Amino acid sequence: MTANQTTDEPDSVVDARGATCPGPLMDLIGELRTVETGAVVALLSDTEKSTTEVQEWADEAGNEIIDVLDEDDHYKIHVRKL
Amino acid sequence: MTEHIAIIGGGTGGAVLANNLAEKLSTEIDAGEVAVTLINDGPDHVYKPVWLYVAFGQREPADGRRPLRGLVDDRVEIREDYVYDIDHERRELELVDTVESFAYDKLVIATGSQLDPDRVPGLTDGGHHFYGEAGAQGLRDELLGMDGGHVVLSVIGTPHMCPAAPLEFVFMLDDWLRERGRREAFDITYTYPIMRVHGDEHIAEWAEPRLNERDIAIETMFNAEAVDPEAETITAMEGTELDYDLLVAIPPHTGSDLIETAGLGDGGWVDVDQHTLEATGFEDIYAIGDAAQTGVPKAGSAAHYQANVVGQRLASEVRGQPVTAVYGGKTVCFIETGMDGATFVEFDYENPPSPSEPTQAMHWSKLAYNESYWLTARGLL
Repeated sequence: MTANQTTDEPDSVVDARGATCPGPLMDLIGELRTVETGAVVALLSDTEKSTTEVQEWADEAGNEIIDVLDEDDHYKIHVRKL
Repeated sequence: MTEHIAIIGGGTGGAVLANNLAEKLSTEIDAGEVAVTLINDGPDHVYKPVWLYVAFGQREPADGRRPLRGLVDDRVEIREDYVYDIDHERRELELVDTVESFAYDKLVIATGSQLDPDRVPGLTDGGHHFYGEAGAQGLRDELLGMDGGHVVLSVIGTPHMCPAAPLEFVFMLDDWLRERGRREAFDITYTYPIMRVHGDEHIAEWAEPRLNERDIAIETMFNAEAVDPEAETITAMEGTELDYDLLVAIPPHTGSDLIETAGLGDGGWVDVDQHTLEATGFEDIYAIGDAAQTGVPKAGSAAHYQANVVGQRLASEVRGQPVTAVYGGKTVCFIETGMDGATFVEFDYENPPSPSEPTQAMHWSKLAYNESYWLTARGLL
């Protein structure tokens, strides 16, 4: 997978809308394990809590939140693997 | 003209669905209007939750296996073969052991999860697990041979089957050692990839104080990236390194290669509509259980409920009736909290889990369910 530097076309999308257990953040981590350093992953989540916990996790794990977009019925969070 | 329904995979979802269809469409099958074929890559149906108990010497691996033929209605043809590709335009399956393609009208993918420990360097050699028959036996032998030391349970794979099982394992290990008077000779550490002890915050809030009470050390924000079997260390991407005497890991999981080959989704998981369970962008293809990317746990109960929904949808389609059945995300899980206690959670897309106080009665309910599971596979429970 080629590392991407923009959020217009993320390298991959994790659609975790409606995810129950273990939840969107775990789905995101699973995807980040499979992509190259520098790749951008878009997480779609309909849980507002994802916006804070993904940020908290990324700060700890040393990944970058590029932006958090409110798409009306869900959030789109772009994360760059560092 | 006979309508052919093919099911790939004879696990919980595939077996329950096959029996469900045999019952609902018995008249049509007997009249030759419908044929149901279940294709599985082996002769046996496997009940995976038994492996957790195998690790503690409480069950035998054979307790988790039964011939598929004995569980599935005789109206269903069972083929032992491996599907390596799907031509969704021609509606044909390509099989390893059969030269001719297999024609279907409606297809259900129930190919489950496989373990992929090689994705973490050193894990295959350095780690043990209870997510497979041989793995559980190996772990049992290791545990029985230990006088003391540091047991590390590390959740590595996300997603993984049965999200409650890692917690169950450390609770059961703690109890098992206490019953044998050996607990003081052991340290137990539980690692999890995010900032709490479980992906679901309600289960995490319930579990964390219980881990603390039992003196089970917690390492959150621990994403294992390598295991050194010689030095007996496991290292996380976050920089933490743990020494272990016994590493019990939840390995990375993957779905079937077939799904990527057929273009149905990434990583072996089929992109589906969460409610109808139809494969996104494909006509007359459904996916259920672990193979379906629904957002619910990779757990037998989810596969069971999904199979019932797809059975109802297929029966409606075959009869030309309006298709109304949808899946609401229903999942139920027992969570063992030791050798003599358990709790139970039930949740769906709208309602989160809410674990209750563990009871002995719930533990016995789980053991009873393990025995009665075979009625589920037969479509009777």
